[in-house]
Amino acid sequence: MIERTPILNIVTHAILFTGLALLVVPIYLVVVAASQTLPDVMAIPAKLLPGDQLWVNLRAAWQEAEFSTKFTNTLILASSVVVGKIVLAALTAFGIVFFNHRLRMPIFWMVFITLMLPLEVRIVPTYAVAANVLSPFQSILDWTGLTRLINAVTGVEVALNWNLLNSYTGLVMPLVATATGTFLYRQFFLTIPDELVEAAKMDGAGPLRFLREILIPLSATNMAALATIMFVVGWNQYLWPLLIITDPAYGVAAVELSRLVPNMNTTGGDIPNWHWAMAGTLIVMLPPVVVVILMQRWFVRGLINTEK
Amino acid sequence: MANISLRDVRKLYGKEEVMQGINLEIEDGEFIVILGPSGCGKSTLLRMIAGLEAVSTGEIHIGGALVNDLEPRERGCAMVFQNYALYPHMTVAANIGYALKVAGIKRAERDAQVAAVARSVGLEDFLDRKPGQLSGGQRQRVAMARAIIRSPEVFLFDEPLSNLDATLRVRMRHEIRRIHTRIGATSVFVTHDQHEGMTLADRIVIMNKGTIEQIGSPEEIYDRPLSVYVAGFIGSPAMNFMSGSVDAVRSCIRLEDHGQIDITRDRAVALDGKQVRIGLRPENLKMVAAGDGDFTGRFEFAEELGSGRLYHFLIEDLSVTVISPQKLDFKPGQPVGLQMDPEHVHIFDEATGARLDMLEPVRRLEAVAVAE
Repeated sequence: MIERTPILNIVTHAILFTGLALLVVPIYLVVVAASQTLPDVMAIPAKLLPGDQLWVNLRAAWQEAEFSTKFTNTLILASSVVVGKIVLAALTAFGIVFFNHRLRMPIFWMVFITLMLPLEVRIVPTYAVAANVLSPFQSILDWTGLTRLINAVTGVEVALNWNLLNSYTGLVMPLVATATGTFLYRQFFLTIPDELVEAAKMDGAGPLRFLREILIPLSATNMAALATIMFVVGWNQYLWPLLIITDPAYGVAAVELSRLVPNMNTTGGDIPNWHWAMAGTLIVMLPPVVVVILMQRWFVRGLINTEK
Repeated sequence: MANISLRDVRKLYGKEEVMQGINLEIEDGEFIVILGPSGCGKSTLLRMIAGLEAVSTGEIHIGGALVNDLEPRERGCAMVFQNYALYPHMTVAANIGYALKVAGIKRAERDAQVAAVARSVGLEDFLDRKPGQLSGGQRQRVAMARAIIRSPEVFLFDEPLSNLDATLRVRMRHEIRRIHTRIGATSVFVTHDQHEGMTLADRIVIMNKGTIEQIGSPEEIYDRPLSVYVAGFIGSPAMNFMSGSVDAVRSCIRLEDHGQIDITRDRAVALDGKQVRIGLRPENLKMVAAGDGDFTGRFEFAEELGSGRLYHFLIEDLSVTVISPQKLDFKPGQPVGLQMDPEHVHIFDEATGARLDMLEPVRRLEAVAVAE
């Protein structure tokens, strides 16, 4: 249904421009604020043209928020999430789609359920597990009375403890184990014709060789799409790092950015440093934007599955 | 070498038996075509030989060895798929050489073999292309080359020509026959196209609903179909069928409403009262003047074939086709006499569909009189 009438044209363009404005104007205001001195930012009426302080503000924000450390941490977080997700998702989907076993559907539904229970929903139990990975096992031992038994027999008090707070592992693991990637891969794997699988079997390729030499090369574009999404998601993580990281050495950019944003605690009642906050915002926004721009072509192809 | 032996092979999906006790002996070097309509189980049978589908009960032997529990790669079979199943991300050369790569053959030797096989199927100029850049016929060649390079003892074809256009299909058919002559591997070729079956096969296996209807050379199958099903399936245009009953008193077969054919007395006596179905191939009917011949049909329309014409007649409600090199012009509705060649009347049991072999009808009263 493609119609071309002048009125419809005007209306659709009006809607498009409104949407564009809603997206672009805030970013423009960030750039404006980030390029002015503090008195200019606070001036009323607000100045709507960029000033000449952009570089100064960027440097100040970089130093104030210790972005050199935070960027390294965030990069580690985002890339680990990307790699972990792709590997986990590809293997899970491979198991679900290409093997006919009894646990196939139960596993599929378990993965599916995690879609409905994102990290934000189960953040308290996840935190508890991160604080002591072995606590579920400890609980089982306690409930079954094994703890007491072992204590009575050997005199050893069983107290399992493996703490992941303030570590990269704790930061990354809960973000890796989610379902979106598995679904993307599953959908792609389902489009692989059975004959291709059978041809590989006839050629003598075992499952792992098939995965490595046929499936993975074929899913390169999907992988790029998933990597792009997951990098952005990983980079923008806020709630989980905020909760699990207390040591500034492991802090990530998004959390640090919130500390730049003025409030009574950070400024002690002084005038908030809005210009630095906006400059910090620009800095933190940059890497995801670069990744998306670089990956865009692959990203689109991967999601619409045009490759034959 | 590799003969294939299927012994009471069955396949069940749940409780449904889709393959009902197949017994088949395929000689070494033989070209077997499994022919049948879609859903008759012919592809399932092929896939069971290949090892892509498990056998429920029964035994499959290849080259004398029981292969039921062997992986596809251990059975020494190569397969050409209907949709070619080329690896889209690999070049033609990599596609052809993949089996060798998996087998761990060194790159230099692999390249040499790929080049040789590619030359033999006329692909030497396309080795660096991806399958997406090839035409249907070229893809088909890649699929063939991929199978040939493994120098298999058994060659399996799963409707490999059905995605090609008509001229290409004939060309590839010839190609397949040539390759078979050169390589001599035992071949099993599944198709629903009777022309492919008739032209390629040493022996044809006709399948219907998970059972084998008939096994025989193309000529045998055409000349002596053992059932109404086979008779109707083989031959294009299809055989004409009429129902009737044997009358011993008049020593003839009385056709329902359409006249009668005389047969010898002893045969008529042997089959007295039996309901039969007779089959007449369109090329075994002759057009004669109205009133002459065995029946009179009203002309409906004709189809030009170039080398001849296909004439459609109606006898009451029954449609009858006649194929003839003669080019005759009739008016629609015009009565035309139809006369059968008595040598080529096929008689089947109406109830079971089985061929009533002993019965050779004799058309002319005079002939009967002379015989008596």
